[in-house]
Amino acid sequence: MEVTKRLKNKYAYSIILLRQLVITEFKLRYKGSVLGYVWSLLRPLALFAVLYIVFVQFLRFGADIPHFAVALLLGVVMWNYFIEVTTNGLTSIVSRGDLMRKLAFPRYVIVVAGSFSALINLMINLLVVGFFVVLNGVDITWSALWIVPLIAELFVLGLAVAFLLSALYVKFRDVGYIWELVLQAGFYATPILYPVAMVASMSFASAQIMLLNPVAQIIQDARAAVIFSETETVATIFDNPYMRLIPIAIVILLAVVSAIYFRKKSPGFAEDI
Amino acid sequence: MTEIAIRVDSVSKNFVLPHEKVDSVKSLFTQPFKKRQNSETQHALKNISFEVKKGEFFGIVGRNGSGKSTLLKIIAGIYKPNEGRVDVNGRLVPFIELGVGFNPELTGRENVALNGALMGFSPAEIKAKYEDIVDFAELERFMDQKLKNYSSGMQVRLAFSVATILAESDILLIDEVLAVGDADFQRKCFEYFKDLKRAGKTVVFVTHDMGAVIEYCDRAILINDNKLVKRGTSEEIAVAYRKLFQPKEEDDKPLVQNRWGDNSITITQPRISKKLVDDLDETITLEYSMSAKKDVESVITGFSVSAPDGEIILGMNNDIKQNFIRTLQSGNKIGLSWEIPNVFSSGIHTINLDTTYNGGNVVADRWENAIQFRVNKVEKTPYKVSPSVGLKLDYKVKKT
Repeated sequence: MEVTKRLKNKYAYSIILLRQLVITEFKLRYKGSVLGYVWSLLRPLALFAVLYIVFVQFLRFGADIPHFAVALLLGVVMWNYFIEVTTNGLTSIVSRGDLMRKLAFPRYVIVVAGSFSALINLMINLLVVGFFVVLNGVDITWSALWIVPLIAELFVLGLAVAFLLSALYVKFRDVGYIWELVLQAGFYATPILYPVAMVASMSFASAQIMLLNPVAQIIQDARAAVIFSETETVATIFDNPYMRLIPIAIVILLAVVSAIYFRKKSPGFAEDI
Repeated sequence: MTEIAIRVDSVSKNFVLPHEKVDSVKSLFTQPFKKRQNSETQHALKNISFEVKKGEFFGIVGRNGSGKSTLLKIIAGIYKPNEGRVDVNGRLVPFIELGVGFNPELTGRENVALNGALMGFSPAEIKAKYEDIVDFAELERFMDQKLKNYSSGMQVRLAFSVATILAESDILLIDEVLAVGDADFQRKCFEYFKDLKRAGKTVVFVTHDMGAVIEYCDRAILINDNKLVKRGTSEEIAVAYRKLFQPKEEDDKPLVQNRWGDNSITITQPRISKKLVDDLDETITLEYSMSAKKDVESVITGFSVSAPDGEIILGMNNDIKQNFIRTLQSGNKIGLSWEIPNVFSSGIHTINLDTTYNGGNVVADRWENAIQFRVNKVEKTPYKVSPSVGLKLDYKVKKT
């Protein structure tokens, strides 16, 4: 009985703190700006305008793919979420060193709170995406509901990376620079701006490797579910069903490793920072 | 009331201080097998054990760098001890620092919510006490303003109010946070401490302020050089703490005793109640015995005290007291006890004992520098005597 009571107390603290940190971060996000929360909507709108003009009007990417501009927006919005979660997560522990040295709250709450804040932002962005989906006359089917588990997978992936990076960053500040490079390379290695078909027509193996990346898998699956069901996904590009599970396996493995590493390191955060 | 609130069981804590911090991945790759021994282990705490009972006001005192703040952080769960364990029975709220997590961009109200959540209080708990917090901080008109527009005094007041009003938990850990705010607010904080004591809260209090320790704490421990050197009542600990600051100079220079007389009466077993006297001692008790070897009449016996420079500053005898021990018969032994008020200034004082008979005409035993004691007072005056002198200010400055 004592143990369950303690467990309950422990998580009550985490939930109270998580809730308050997410609220605070949301309040602070657009503090000092005239338009405030309107920026949450304006940013994806402006992004769509830029992407539409550059890629659809001038470069004529994916002219043969229906609703390519919307697919582009969805991909960019999801990638931006991944950037936000991981870069905020990276510094989340170190930047709160002062707090760590003064209070003994559960450390993981800080990282989780950062992920939830980014998730709220993603939701707002997805509303704008939805608006353009409708505006573009996309046929919406029940398969669009797949977006929910896909967002969940992206959330777990982002959180796992954030946990790992935040704990590593306490000891090794190089991680910040390395991760910046990884994200830059990842942006081009992931089919965000260009269609997978373009890669597959040049080298099918490259397209296959590309889709083993969980972020690529999630973005392509989301595009297939919501916008155009014939988009290349990990399911269409691999015949072997086991190969299709690799991206998910990577997410799970990463989540387990990150959780173990973070748990092991977190008691020492107060003195190591 | 004998239930244990906090049990600290042989806790040790080491910090590894790297001389050249390994914080680049490059060195890991370029010299993977190089022993990274460029570090020094600093022992912050060695084998500390004590218990705090429920409802106790418990002090932890020590000099700067003695490890007392590290100990508090271990009790609070911020640091993990290398050895030993800490058991806490009840909900514990630490005030290591006030206003942890305060954000200047948020309003006073929002900061109360954030600060409360950091300490683990639910929105409902915070809402229920919100009015009290604002009242205590005296910031009714400012709660919807951003914290960055507060004066530093206002910020501190808000922080202290949140901490104290919310923390109606079982156990409070308080690191020297009392020196905040203006005199009026400080008085309020001390009153709040008295309330805590009356309400029977368990409080662990880390401080340098011996006045506060004596006033509030039931028991205390003294930490010095990372070790627990003494545990006891707050008075005992306050004395031991002051002793740490005593200069080691002229330590008990050998007594040059000078003794003469016809030995028809001899003084034996002179002793003093305390060899180390400080502000807390109101009196010093001097005791000795006299043994008569023959029948004597009109015996006068007494003592005098010499200041550090040798000048005799006070004395007393039974003649002045009009208490003649008129006759002693051979073999009689009498014990005497003098209560001397503690009016002495800091320094080593010596006591001279004297016994005469026949109305002071024959010296039986004159014993100079029979015994010595050291006085250590907080207020150092240049005067030979330094009794506790009170001060009351009651004047008005005339405006011109």
